[in-house]
Amino acid sequence: MTNNSFLGRLFDGCNYVFLTLLGIATLLPFVYVVVSSFSNSTDLIPTSFSFDAYAYIFSTATFPRSMLVSVYITIVGTAIHLVLASLMAYALSHTALPGRSIIMLLVVFTMIFNGGMIPTYFVVEGVGLTDTLWALMIPNALSAFNLIILKSFFQSIPNELKESAKMDGAHEIRVLTQIVLPLSLPALAALGLFHAVGLWNQYFNAILYINDSSKWPVQVLLRQVVILSQGAVGESGGEVASDSVMLSQGIKMAVIVVSIVPIMLVYPFLQKHFAKGVLLGSVKG
Amino acid sequence: MKKEVMQTERQALPFAMEKKPLWLRMWKERWLYLFLLPGVLYFAIFKYLPMGGVAMAFQNYQPYLGFLQSEWVGFAHFERFFGEPQFWMLLRNTLYIAFLDVLVFFPLTIVLSMLLNEVRREWFKRSIQTFVYVPHFLSWVVVVGITYLFLEGENGVINVLLTSLGREPVAFLTSEDWFRPLIIMQMIWKDAGWGTIIFLAALSGVSPVLYESAKMDGANRFRQLWHITLPSIKSVIVILLILRLGNFLDLGFEQIFLMLNALNREVGEVFDTYVYVVGMRQGQFSYSAAVGLFKSLVGLVLVMGANQLAKKFGEEGLY
Repeated sequence: MTNNSFLGRLFDGCNYVFLTLLGIATLLPFVYVVVSSFSNSTDLIPTSFSFDAYAYIFSTATFPRSMLVSVYITIVGTAIHLVLASLMAYALSHTALPGRSIIMLLVVFTMIFNGGMIPTYFVVEGVGLTDTLWALMIPNALSAFNLIILKSFFQSIPNELKESAKMDGAHEIRVLTQIVLPLSLPALAALGLFHAVGLWNQYFNAILYINDSSKWPVQVLLRQVVILSQGAVGESGGEVASDSVMLSQGIKMAVIVVSIVPIMLVYPFLQKHFAKGVLLGSVKG
Repeated sequence: MKKEVMQTERQALPFAMEKKPLWLRMWKERWLYLFLLPGVLYFAIFKYLPMGGVAMAFQNYQPYLGFLQSEWVGFAHFERFFGEPQFWMLLRNTLYIAFLDVLVFFPLTIVLSMLLNEVRREWFKRSIQTFVYVPHFLSWVVVVGITYLFLEGENGVINVLLTSLGREPVAFLTSEDWFRPLIIMQMIWKDAGWGTIIFLAALSGVSPVLYESAKMDGANRFRQLWHITLPSIKSVIVILLILRLGNFLDLGFEQIFLMLNALNREVGEVFDTYVYVVGMRQGQFSYSAAVGLFKSLVGLVLVMGANQLAKKFGEEGLY
């Protein structure tokens, strides 16, 4: 599509400049937050260098604990998601299964209608999950969207492969764990990573379902430290304002940095897999 | 003659297998049903039970009485809600923010995808993509947190900059004028890059032959964009638009919740934040469940309407 007319080249030039600026603009806030978290000066442009902010936040009781809570719910929650989704998607990938289309319909319907916050809260409370870490893992353990992607991925595996294994006397469990799952690793990796990011980032469920502050995941603490302590007017009520009013900007920035480190660690893997795993599934529908 | 018989037999055979009684076919797949069980239970409990729970919108629900004992009040909560002055404020704010999303954010992702698609140098394209995707993976708490660090009162970076230039600091976070621009700017920073993924996939599927022949006919870059690129991804645009309309009223709930404070409530409060405040904080469960139900129904009507409209314009639509 190269077009060597003057206008075409002008367009190309502007496009490159614009996209470069856009890339810089996206990264700039990050870079600033990271750089100033290593500085204990209050100047606009950080001049000194220190680990003070990091030393401080890891010396508190609350921050390391909430990081642990987040790590725990992310790992266990992702495992639950993958097991549930694989089992259900595998069964639903059998087009001849009686009742399959009804179940699919009921699953898809949850994409366009839900009971809403209050009835859902009562269900979560009713089954005894409130104030436990399960409340952060179970109520969103599956989504219709992920299920459909995984199901279509499973369906793309040649049927002959599964049939021949069954001929050899393999049980459904064996077909699933030894043939289907190993062949679906890209999809599992992509969906698992996405779900993990969602678990790590979840904030509102914790506000809704967890009152016990020792079970707060890192996002709730982050809001206490970075947003509420800014003296935002009138945000009172449910959540206790912490004693963090005096925290310096550097400490707030350090808290943000530490909370996004896990995301930055998995990002290269996400990058690698999402195109392969997710687009394949979603484009095929 | 014999040949014919054999043929019908052969045809009849698979047919006979189909005709096995239902319970036998189901028994044969009993393991698959066992696999389905946890997932089905999940959807039943955490998706369908709450749908049944919307009945509380028609009751004066008391948690200690339960559904069966609580008093039924019909549409009283809805009538009260539609009569409140807050109703119009909530409707206005919700629609305003949702329209910003559809009219500003959504077209921007399309433009950005087309600009990225014009880049011929793979390494450049890929590095820009790597950068602009990143913010999508940050939580809203982090995005709003960074916003606070930059814009807050007198210590925010921007205001320090403004005062050092001899200007008055601006109360970005506590002003009604700045709420909506900030919301849309955060959306763009976080998700505009991410939004390009599906468009780029669609764009990469456009046949180069089309461009070749357009060039033969003397079409310049902009005419190619207009007559080939856009029409080629039209169906993807329509589907994504319908899907977005489906989330129309759910959009950015965490974001708005985190950005709200007493001074911008008048332009920032939306259905969902109102449901939370009235239901969870003030304990008016039935009333806020009614508000939530109203919101869900509006969302449902919007998706179905958009779908009908898409079909009218000759697109496939969602269903």
